[in-house]
Amino acid sequence: MSGGVEILVRVADIEQATATVRRFTLAPLSGEPLPVYSAGAHVVVTMDDDGHRIRNPYSLISRAQDGSHYRIGVLKTPNSRGGSIYLHEKVCEGDELVITMPVNLFPIVRTGRKHVLVAGGIGVTPIYAMAEELRAASAPYEIHYAMRDASCGAFADELVEMHGDKVRLYRDDAQEVIRVDAILPHQPLGTHLYVCGPEGMIDAILAGGRKAGWPVENLHSERFLAPMGGAPFSVALAKAGITATVRSDQSLLEAIEEAGVDAPYLCRGGACGQCETRVISADGELIHNDHYLSDEEKASGAKIMTCVSRLKGRELVLDL
Amino acid sequence: MTTLSDIKSRPIYAGLKVDEYARRHLVAAEGEGARAVIEAFSMAPEALDRTTILYCPGGSAGQDHETALADLAPDLIHVAPSIETLLVRLKGMLNTATMGTRLYATGTEGFIGQVVAAAVGFGVDHHSIFTEHRGSLARRVQCVHCKGMTDNVTATPFTCSHCGLTLFVRDHYSRRLGAFQGVCVDAEEPGVIPPAEELYK
Repeated sequence: MSGGVEILVRVADIEQATATVRRFTLAPLSGEPLPVYSAGAHVVVTMDDDGHRIRNPYSLISRAQDGSHYRIGVLKTPNSRGGSIYLHEKVCEGDELVITMPVNLFPIVRTGRKHVLVAGGIGVTPIYAMAEELRAASAPYEIHYAMRDASCGAFADELVEMHGDKVRLYRDDAQEVIRVDAILPHQPLGTHLYVCGPEGMIDAILAGGRKAGWPVENLHSERFLAPMGGAPFSVALAKAGITATVRSDQSLLEAIEEAGVDAPYLCRGGACGQCETRVISADGELIHNDHYLSDEEKASGAKIMTCVSRLKGRELVLDL
Repeated sequence: MTTLSDIKSRPIYAGLKVDEYARRHLVAAEGEGARAVIEAFSMAPEALDRTTILYCPGGSAGQDHETALADLAPDLIHVAPSIETLLVRLKGMLNTATMGTRLYATGTEGFIGQVVAAAVGFGVDHHSIFTEHRGSLARRVQCVHCKGMTDNVTATPFTCSHCGLTLFVRDHYSRRLGAFQGVCVDAEEPGVIPPAEELYK
């Protein structure tokens, strides 16, 4: 399989953490301990919704010490293509799911002297794991967590319980905002910042970091994108000699997989770069939605990330 | 023009440019590196009142680059008698520096390597250090056999100043040590030693 080794798991517990977030405890079917991972890692969960296959990346919140379970947190998103709705409405305790081996695109920089963790909303999931790892390592860190209102606080209560005054909470409904300009300037040299949350928040924090004179090497973020729908188009796979249609509710990668081609992928969220594919020709305009290719690469039109990007036009010919 | 090495660890020095966002500029320079500092910072005079320069004349002693650097009128300038004493001062500054400080290193490769290695010890990502190679191509080389360090190596092969083996100088570079690796050149056929070439003058 292109996505690497898969692990069969059973949903051992479902917890309604907030009105819109569920936490799933996943236990291995084999009984063998789940692999150890480094904080910031995610798994891709494969769901089979009445023959409609959905694969979404979710950050790992925690792993039981003995490897008997992982936990992931899932926000129910109304404009979701089905993954989060499926996990919220159709999956019950006892159900089986397939996950990939953990992959870490958002690791802690272990040579750093201090770590500033910034989370917004459901972006708290990798931050939660990082905070725990830093606490266990007795490394200096602080946590800034912004949420909509007090009802979103399941993670907040636990973070405060585990990390005490290292946690600073911000509530949107109380007009509390993360003051980057106050937090960043006086951190010791060698501090690294990690941010996960809504797109606008990540952009603001990173821009604040640059404004405070932080090198880009010390600013880290992770954002998984849901593949955006769009007008249908045709894809021709030159090596396989197959032509398929990418439906409006489907990603390019999903259409390639449906056509029976085992194309490369890893995160399925436009972050890791694994699904980079050479474009042979494009009758139309490439819509690049990923965070991987540079602006120059996007402009060149020579490559596409099949997991989140698509064509606005008639036909795309890929080197697959 | 030197050709780029196939060996990935061979450092690349992109050249000094002043980071317009930095709230503090910490510059470590040796020998001819003074010229790189003067060129970069004369283009950005507004940065100078937030700039500290640590300078060791090294191989450029007598050329009075320190006066030219002082004429830039940075916030602080310290002229060190040797690389060792410069590094002591630098580490003291790194220890209390805050984020928003941009580090610059320029001079010979051996000097840049020691500055980078010191900074990495304070959690600085080596990619974030702006570097420019000036002056001699002489290398700082570690003998991989006895681990002894020899500075200012200009030819390959050369005789290890510690154990006496004849060492071939590789492009294989250790960032941790700030040194290239020297390996015994006549291990297979003792005594068969290729003529020395002055590659790093």
